[in-house]
Amino acid sequence: MAGRVRRSWDKHKYAWGMVIPVVLVLGVLVGYPLYRGVYLSFTDANEQNVAATIGALQVPDSFSFVGLRNYVDVLFGPNTKFWSVLGRTVVWTISCVFFHYTIGLGLAVLLNRQLRGRSVYRVLLILPWAVPTFVSSFAWKLILARDNGIVNHVLGNLGLGTFDWLGNDTLAFLSVIAINIWVGVPFNMVALLGGLQAIPAELYEAAEVDGASPWQRFWHITFPGLRTVSATIILLGVIWSFNLFAIIFLVTRGGPGDATQILVTYAFSAAFEGIRDYAVAATYGILILCVLVGYALVYRRALRSSGEVW
Amino acid sequence: MQTRRWRSASLLTMVTLAMMGCRGSGDAGGDKGDKNGEKKAEGPQITTISWWDTSDSTNEAPKFKDLIQKFQAKYPNIKVDYQNIPFEQARDKFKTAAQANTAPDVMRAEVGWTAEFASLRFLAPLEGTPAADGVADYLPAPLASNKFGGKLFGVPQVTDVLALLYNKALLEKAGVKEAPTTMAELKTAALAVKAKAGADGLYLNPGGYFLLPFIYGAGGDLVNADEKKITVNTPEAVKGLEVALDLIKSGAAAKPDLNSGYNQMQAGFKDGKIAMVINGPWSVADDFSGKAFADKNNLGIAPVPAGSTGKAGSPMGGHNYVVYAGSKNLTASYQFIQFMNSAENQAYLAKELGLLPTRSSAYQLPDTAANPVVPKFRAVIDKAVVRPTIPQAGQLLIPLDQQYPRAISGDKAPQAALDTVATDYKQILKDWK
Repeated sequence: MAGRVRRSWDKHKYAWGMVIPVVLVLGVLVGYPLYRGVYLSFTDANEQNVAATIGALQVPDSFSFVGLRNYVDVLFGPNTKFWSVLGRTVVWTISCVFFHYTIGLGLAVLLNRQLRGRSVYRVLLILPWAVPTFVSSFAWKLILARDNGIVNHVLGNLGLGTFDWLGNDTLAFLSVIAINIWVGVPFNMVALLGGLQAIPAELYEAAEVDGASPWQRFWHITFPGLRTVSATIILLGVIWSFNLFAIIFLVTRGGPGDATQILVTYAFSAAFEGIRDYAVAATYGILILCVLVGYALVYRRALRSSGEVW
Repeated sequence: MQTRRWRSASLLTMVTLAMMGCRGSGDAGGDKGDKNGEKKAEGPQITTISWWDTSDSTNEAPKFKDLIQKFQAKYPNIKVDYQNIPFEQARDKFKTAAQANTAPDVMRAEVGWTAEFASLRFLAPLEGTPAADGVADYLPAPLASNKFGGKLFGVPQVTDVLALLYNKALLEKAGVKEAPTTMAELKTAALAVKAKAGADGLYLNPGGYFLLPFIYGAGGDLVNADEKKITVNTPEAVKGLEVALDLIKSGAAAKPDLNSGYNQMQAGFKDGKIAMVINGPWSVADDFSGKAFADKNNLGIAPVPAGSTGKAGSPMGGHNYVVYAGSKNLTASYQFIQFMNSAENQAYLAKELGLLPTRSSAYQLPDTAANPVVPKFRAVIDKAVVRPTIPQAGQLLIPLDQQYPRAISGDKAPQAALDTVATDYKQILKDWK
């Protein structure tokens, strides 16, 4: 082993030199916080017992090691909401990713042809993604407001009655999903459009000569041709949606009650709304990481078995 | 060439590491605060202290700035850096800043935050400093929220209590002669307004704090701090919630907007579209800016109607001046608080804004008596319910904020909603029953 390392070092000195800074920086930026997070999740650290230097007063750390207690509390404690929130997070993730992908694909196919003003459409369709999240969140909050929101105004004038979009459990959850879909579609559309343009036109010509219908062409050329792009954006989409904090936090704050809490927002409110509980926050962080790492492994394996190279 | 590149790469790494490695070691120097309020040496030495104020930036802040002007005239060598921080963010912001040693010297802390900040060691004890001048003069209830572990960590700047604010003209139009004094009268009056005056009779802000008068009025409470008991889901508390829900269901109160209830309530009340609201003195300046109260006499103020116990219960709120323990200008901070919280200056704020003084002597001053609102609140204060001064006090309202709207929307039955609050409390108050 040591001999191999030395040989590799002599042979690729320059490569090692280029890699080491990256490894060190990542170690500092990712590795250390990760280690610290794991460590904290086994303690009872909170705002009252961590080290602090306040003026002349220097207080050392006084938290202690509690083993797996945080994990047991979060997963199996008497009042835990972990499982119900995890279930909601899964529903949220699947519905967001499904619509991101299907709507994004539909728009990409529509735009992947010669039509007048194509670039204008593209810019307009990218807009939701380009606007800062907090701007779109507050805009949607106003649009969906119960008393003066434009949605209810229109529905009321059409005689369809008004709805409390953000005040009712189910509607609020549907609303945040819809907002997230609106924000996320452009990215999927652009990525898929790139994928579409990489599919050779000859394939379509050949299919047309063979008399394939547009539908057949889509299923047998377009869809398989997009496989690599799709695999990547679905993986990214799942991870991003699972951890999407801003929209839910800004639009409903997880409310009404806990009706729109997903794991990340719930962990935030459980750990940071009162006396900040660093240990519980770390525990949630590690649990979320475990869920996503597990998912990524399964996903890769599934792709491998269907012949993708990863 | 290669070695040189490699060297610069590793140098970059070193620099990066060095930059990350230097943890801000808080500078523990500075003025340790002189117990005797000793005068600074003569000369052009200017001390700057920062103050985070959480008052309403449009209506209240200008008057606080007026006081700062007066302070600077009196103490030319102290400069006050005034920053207005939105109330909702202030607690979090202060805690973050205090951990990082970048907190302001003086903070306006809500009564529910003071014990929490003190328990986190962020506050300087004020006993025996100029800031605690005339401490015997303070009303006992507002002062109580500043004590933690037997020490004094703040002085009450302003106190407040929820009351029934009403539009006299609308009630008259509906033939209601007197402000309602019980929940039953409140319902009758509100329905009368709705039927005869073409306005909503009542608007209940769906926030947890605004539910407290109903819970107290029915003989309930959130917790019992003496016995370390969680009492938010007792039959009394549930009864209180049911009274509030009944007002909404029966149409006596408008169906509140669960997402921006407070703003809708204020907008409607100011416009003369709502006859009665339950709100505190901080809202009075805002009310007077509306067309319904162009004539200030049109605003009536009465204690919150009594619940089934026959007693009216209204939570005591308010704000305190606290000093950051890591402040480098303790002496100047104490002098600032001493000045701002003098009886004259409290009376000035009472006259201008209708804020309730915390010094009993301030109520004797003509300025205070001249305000149309303050003397009316005085009677209500003495009966206000003081919330427990535990570090978790600031957290207790959050679960209530979450579940009260669900009870209103019908997603949860009253008992189930408060049971949920109780389970949330068990997470906050770990070893309570």
